[in-house]
Amino acid sequence: MSDAIVSLVGVSKRYTRGKQHVDVLQNLSLDIPRGEFVALMGPSGSGKTTLLNLIGGLDTPTSGAITVAGQRLDALGGSALAHWRAHHVGFVFQFYNLMPMLTAQRNVELPLLLTKLGAAQRRANALAALTLVGIADRAKHKPNELSGGQAQRVAIARALVADPTILVCDEPTGDLDRKSADEVLELLQTLNREHGKSIVMVTHDPKAAEFASRQLHMDKGALAEVR
Amino acid sequence: MKYFPLIWATLWRKKTRTVFTLVSIVIAFLLFGLLETIDYAFAHPSGGVSGANMLITINKYSITLSLPFADAGEIRSVPGVSEVTWITWFGGYYQEAKNFVFVLPIDTDTYFSLHRGDLMVSDAAMQAFRATRTGALVNVALMKKFGWKVGDKVPLHSTIWTQKNGSLDWTFDIVGDYDVKDPSQASQQASTFLFHYELFDEGRSFGKGNVGWFEERVEDPAESATVSARIDALFANSSDETKTQPAKDFALAFIKQLGDIGFVLRAILGAVFFTLLFLTGNTMMQSVRERIPELAVLKTLGFSGGTLLALVIAESLLLCVTGALAGLGLSWLAIPIAKRALQGVDLSAAALPAGVAVAVLLALVVGLPPALAAMRLNIVEALGGKR
Repeated sequence: MSDAIVSLVGVSKRYTRGKQHVDVLQNLSLDIPRGEFVALMGPSGSGKTTLLNLIGGLDTPTSGAITVAGQRLDALGGSALAHWRAHHVGFVFQFYNLMPMLTAQRNVELPLLLTKLGAAQRRANALAALTLVGIADRAKHKPNELSGGQAQRVAIARALVADPTILVCDEPTGDLDRKSADEVLELLQTLNREHGKSIVMVTHDPKAAEFASRQLHMDKGALAEVR
Repeated sequence: MKYFPLIWATLWRKKTRTVFTLVSIVIAFLLFGLLETIDYAFAHPSGGVSGANMLITINKYSITLSLPFADAGEIRSVPGVSEVTWITWFGGYYQEAKNFVFVLPIDTDTYFSLHRGDLMVSDAAMQAFRATRTGALVNVALMKKFGWKVGDKVPLHSTIWTQKNGSLDWTFDIVGDYDVKDPSQASQQASTFLFHYELFDEGRSFGKGNVGWFEERVEDPAESATVSARIDALFANSSDETKTQPAKDFALAFIKQLGDIGFVLRAILGAVFFTLLFLTGNTMMQSVRERIPELAVLKTLGFSGGTLLALVIAESLLLCVTGALAGLGLSWLAIPIAKRALQGVDLSAAALPAGVAVAVLLALVVGLPPALAAMRLNIVEALGGKR
């Protein structure tokens, strides 16, 4: 258990809309060992994204305990969670979510604004991250000047630049063509295998899930199958 | 400073909107700078009586109330006063009310003695003026304006003074012209028309023996505050109490007769800033609303609610203070123009720093609501269907 990067014990999540209660996750327990690349699959509404939000510290459970990178997240408040996210989690979204008015390099530098690094060091680290994902030649381009695959590489560079403990990816290939999707998935696989990054990825795409070292299937708020 | 590139880039996300908002702020603060400077000039006339070599004594309660001519002798006897002359407001125009003429009945000897350093009159003109009871000396600019020549007989209409025959029209013979020695005073004197006080006092049907105001020269400008106090003390508790002030403040007092200048200026500024508040506030709200997913991403990356609040406030400050500095800078450049337009009013840039404080206040008022919205943003809801 001590080697688990993610540990969930009896986690439930209930959303309340007016008088209606929706139980999205029910008494879910799960361990993800450090250095694993996990694909979370399942139909829409199964609770994949909610689980990812809880692992990423974007949301808190209604009940149960969540420990990620050695930190009990369910006990943290808003500011402490923000601080924890800045140091431990890199996020990759389906639609890249880059700042449209900033260059690729400036986008990658964003998480480093929360560190004590000087401007030159931030710039150097951002370029190193862009080089790692193979897109350093586009450093001065703005998001609208990049293809989908390139934009997602920039987003991955942004997720990596602060050297997080875990990468959390929500449908990272959902907006890409097959070729670009495979390139992005190969990149994630390389980051996992060669750089030891723990990755949790939500996907609908079985081909994308094949790049992961383990696949978890969810249904109706519970883990239905593990492969 | 490390956040500056992010704030700057965010500010210019919608260039056209930012430019229009910025132009509105620049114009508002250009107006603010000019009107506040004028208001400041009225509120702080000349920094006090001390140092003035020319004083003017008017009725304590209103410039429209006259003073007895007999006061001249008493003022002349005040220690420190070297010369005294007296003048009355004639309220004249030529042919039509729009042709305003600054007509002044003067006592020739005392007036020209007092203003010997200011006015240039030829000996021939002065001689002719002394020799002609209905004679008038006219400023060269006024002569040119109406095409008058020496020898012309000019009828002027007074809005106040009826003659014994009931007529408001007075006829004068132009016997010469005069000019000012200091070109900067040319515009102030450009409408002046001088004629004999004796003719005026004998000809008017009422108010005989009274004058509008006295002008005094003081022997030592350093003593002017004491001299001023001595003159006013002389008439304290009399039926015609006086107020003595530096000559350059007289112009301000005259304009103030039009009404509460400060109130008018503040009312205009109030309307301008009320509009600006809504315009800029709306721009900031719209700008933050459009960026909700981006702000949510920043929060996801680890930016705290407090940091987002500070970023939005900083953006609002950058917009408002940049616009304000540009507007105030333009108003500073425009002060010399305003000074020429407001003859005799001494303008300074002393009121401009207050503009920066107003800009900061504006930025906080318009920036705070969207900043609080950004701070309280729920990441999961904000990212919603767009991830």
